[in-house]
Amino acid sequence: MTVNIIVCVKQVIDPEAPPSSFKVDEASKKVVPPAGVPPVISPFDENAVEAALRIKDAQGGKITVLSMGVNLLREVVKKPLSMGADELVLLEDEAFVGGDSWANALGLAMAIKKIGQYDLILCGRQAADWDDGQVGSGIAEMLGLPSVTLARKIDVGDGKAVVERVTADGYEVIEVSLPALITVSNELGEARYPTIKGIMAAKKIEPAVWKPADIGLEPAQIGAAGRKISLERLYQPVHEGKCELIEGESPEEAGVNLALKLREQKLL
Amino acid sequence: MTEYRGVMVHAEVAEGKLAAIATELLGCGRKLADDLGEELSAVIVGSGVSGSAQEAFAFGADKVYVVNDALLQDYRTDTHVAVMEKAVRQAMPSILLLGQTSIGRDLAPRLAFRLETAATMDCIELAIDSSSKRLLCTKPVYGGNARAAFISEVEPQIATVRAKAMTPLEPDSSRKGEVVAIEAGLDPSAVRTKVTEKVKQEVEGISLEAANVVIGGGRGIGGADGFKQLEELAGMLKGAVGASRPPCDNGWVPDVVQIGLTGKIVAPDLYLAVALSGSSQHMAGCSGCKNIVAINKDPEANIFREARFGVVGDWKKVLPAFTEKVRELLAE
Repeated sequence: MTVNIIVCVKQVIDPEAPPSSFKVDEASKKVVPPAGVPPVISPFDENAVEAALRIKDAQGGKITVLSMGVNLLREVVKKPLSMGADELVLLEDEAFVGGDSWANALGLAMAIKKIGQYDLILCGRQAADWDDGQVGSGIAEMLGLPSVTLARKIDVGDGKAVVERVTADGYEVIEVSLPALITVSNELGEARYPTIKGIMAAKKIEPAVWKPADIGLEPAQIGAAGRKISLERLYQPVHEGKCELIEGESPEEAGVNLALKLREQKLL
Repeated sequence: MTEYRGVMVHAEVAEGKLAAIATELLGCGRKLADDLGEELSAVIVGSGVSGSAQEAFAFGADKVYVVNDALLQDYRTDTHVAVMEKAVRQAMPSILLLGQTSIGRDLAPRLAFRLETAATMDCIELAIDSSSKRLLCTKPVYGGNARAAFISEVEPQIATVRAKAMTPLEPDSSRKGEVVAIEAGLDPSAVRTKVTEKVKQEVEGISLEAANVVIGGGRGIGGADGFKQLEELAGMLKGAVGASRPPCDNGWVPDVVQIGLTGKIVAPDLYLAVALSGSSQHMAGCSGCKNIVAINKDPEANIFREARFGVVGDWKKVLPAFTEKVRELLAE
């Protein structure tokens, strides 16, 4: 069977940016984007794109990428297209900003309804900003679909998907009827790099840009206005930062001195 | 209309006993319930789990709801969300706590959305806000670079709690309470997933979560061979070997030894971090470590902000000498 897949991706502040560049504005309860570090697709969402591409490689199909926010940089949100996805839908409007998992899942679920045709919806296991891991399950609940979270492998056939789901001590194999929503974990494997050909093809694809009204939503239902959970405070934990460096004439001697130090401290 | 009252804990059972996370949730739930002057209940879901009710009383519950049904043998989203919805609608708790485990990660969001709300996931601190009397949920965000405190505006207030973030009570086997059985009432044809296989990727030796000494390796270890040196040291110290994400992604070590935000949470007395930069995502799994010791050639590495002792140097030179000295000291 050829498979219609929708992949939800989120543009986030690069989580690989050096921790020292990370700043919070406590008054506005917002993170200050680090200067000179462009945003990226949230890494687990890239794993989800990779999962979609592997299914498409194996049996053909169409991949529609869906993203929500404002100031979505085209070179960022088009990356899945340059990896091999086919279409891009952007929910781009100020009204979508500042939502919690509920408001974000609602926007994405309504957009998925409008896209209409799908066998599989894929999301990353959690976004690198709020580390919540709720939106995938939330979309499934809103659309009345079965869901499997934390996938490390997905095979599709016969109207069902066979999913390896990561557990604390290994994995479990789960069969789920389609259409279904699956969230993807990093154990699936790293996302492929865009190819030159892919980058050229992506340039020619114009994203569809939808506003709340296009998906049948009022601004009051989404973004900050649609929250169920209020953010009371955002702050950076204090680092005590008093590491005692153990030295030596050579690295080997430093190693010996470290062992002696840990012994003296009764840590060995 | 019935009012939402009390604190409810979803208590996971593993191998016939309350899971460690369940005892931690009960410890934290007890305190919240006392602060509110309300009741603490536990809900136990599974097959052949009725015997765990007494254990839940011992760890602090006043009342235990048991949903016992053969269809609940394996965790499945559809079955467990359905019976948890039933339990919540019957008990009407104002607060519902679940573990941030492979079950809780899946169950809490889907259940919350069914109850027309959202959960706050992976909390490390929970308190009753003094002015609003609402549950104030604090969780690491941005991969551990920041913390956020949330309050739910909707009942029930649902949160999942990170392993080892809370302390269980000393069990008191004389504590008693009321057991309430809830019929699962499941329709097997409405269950859309089937678990066909469970695969355990066994790691030899002491489990990471239980170990008093953990040796963690990072990207700088460079390959599976390097991890053998860590294994040797761990063996000497009766510890366990873990890793940050890159060694797992590269297949140098099994995925199940990953420590961090999306992996294991460890809390040893001694955590020796070798050739590991100490990203926030990794450190999220180490917040309970009592003493962090780092060996890294990069003096700017974040791990030195977290460590108590450290050596700046090439681990390939530092570690063998360290290991030999440890061997000598332990033989004394």
